Amino acid sequence: MGGEVNVLIPSLLRPLVADRPELRLAVESAGTTVAALLDVIGGEFPVFNRRLRDETGALRRFVNIYLNGDDVRRLDGLNTAVAAGQEVMIIQSVAGG
Amino acid sequence: MLGWSNGTMAINQELSNDGQATLLAVGTKKGLWLGTSTDRETFTFTGPHFLMHEIPSIGLDTRDGRTRILVGLRSEHWGPTVAHSDDLGATWQEPENGAITFPADTETALERVWQIQPDSADRPGVVWAGCEPISVWKSTDGGEHFELNRGLWDHPHRTEWGAGYGGAAAHTVLPSAGDPNTIHVAMSTGGVYRSTDAGVSWTPRNKGIGAEFMPGEAPEFGQCVHKVARDPNNPDVLYAQNHGGVYRSDDAGDSWVSIAAGLPADFGFTIMTHPRRSGTAWVVPIKADVERIPPEGRLAMHRTDDAGASWTRLADGLVEPEYNVVLRDAAAVDTAEPVGVYFGTRGGSVYASADEGGHFAEVLRHLPDVLCVRAAVVEL
Repeated sequence: MGGEVNVLIPSLLRPLVADRPELRLAVESAGTTVAALLDVIGGEFPVFNRRLRDETGALRRFVNIYLNGDDVRRLDGLNTAVAAGQEVMIIQSVAGG
Repeated sequence: MLGWSNGTMAINQELSNDGQATLLAVGTKKGLWLGTSTDRETFTFTGPHFLMHEIPSIGLDTRDGRTRILVGLRSEHWGPTVAHSDDLGATWQEPENGAITFPADTETALERVWQIQPDSADRPGVVWAGCEPISVWKSTDGGEHFELNRGLWDHPHRTEWGAGYGGAAAHTVLPSAGDPNTIHVAMSTGGVYRSTDAGVSWTPRNKGIGAEFMPGEAPEFGQCVHKVARDPNNPDVLYAQNHGGVYRSDDAGDSWVSIAAGLPADFGFTIMTHPRRSGTAWVVPIKADVERIPPEGRLAMHRTDDAGASWTRLADGLVEPEYNVVLRDAAAVDTAEPVGVYFGTRGGSVYASADEGGHFAEVLRHLPDVLCVRAAVVEL
């Protein structure tokens, strides 16, 4: 059964997604992952995708992604399954000096 | 292409008069500043561009009848990328899929762009890059897309190359104006490598360069050469600032001789040559590996005009005391007459000299750590 996933965009990256604070993506089937969602977004906004993931597909060290409030690194990383109705939040972590 | 806008109105006012000006680009740990001047003493600056981005590399490409500013930038959060501006920083473009990205088969990700080096005037569009992890890249479209040099990437020495404090990087790429087949690179740590077949194969060229941080005789490779510069007229003459040692080669790197006598210290990061005159080079001595400050807290540039036989201390206009160092790319020369010399410190001061270092003016102060300085004569 299909539905939508809401992806919250941090303010610093909104210029890379046409100034949208959030993106609503259709989830057509079970088995969709965070990586697959980012692939869809990256197809339309490739620079945004490069800010989150390096060219090997790995999530950048100081970028955190939360799925319904849980850090995906504590779940199954970018392979964590996403279901319709869930919320994906992207936040920059602590870094720099 | 992605437009990347910055507030840069002042620079256009500076450029409203016809003629030539000097463009001074200062990359820091937290952004880029751009200045223009008609007297090379008073600059009008804009910035910070790319606030909170580290700017370790800048290339000023004045070929093809335009001034293109290329910057390697890196965010702690959002990673490294390359952007360019053809309007002196008023707007920036970033190729959507990245100018420098490792091919999938390498299973490697770009960490930092350490060097952006436009090739010679008769090879317009060719721009080289040196990156971390240790890699050399070549663009033929003005720096919008680069291709990984496979000869160096697949080099059998790769597993033995190390990392300097700042990371494992190819930090120097020196094409040769007269010979498109000869390119020198320098990496930390690994030392100098030379290709004579346009980058297909690379051989270490470190004979005579010390490696005091390793036991025993200096190896064939593994040195921590910090910067190399080429003589403007004789491409076989090279100057190197090593991690301990200042050297010259007269045979394209086959052998190196010390030219450190006469300097207060042989440690340092940067070395530059004159754009037209053979035998002239500049260094900024740092006391020692274990004491990384200007000798006695007295910052000075030193210039040789006889290929390293003697050195002249240049400190007129520099502030004392100064305990901050000048990093390997935080110094530059322009091509005006007389040649302008520029450098920045890790304490955020930037100095400019319009007379080859005879007198310096502090043109910026209290910036974040200065990582890269480049200067060019631009048409208004």
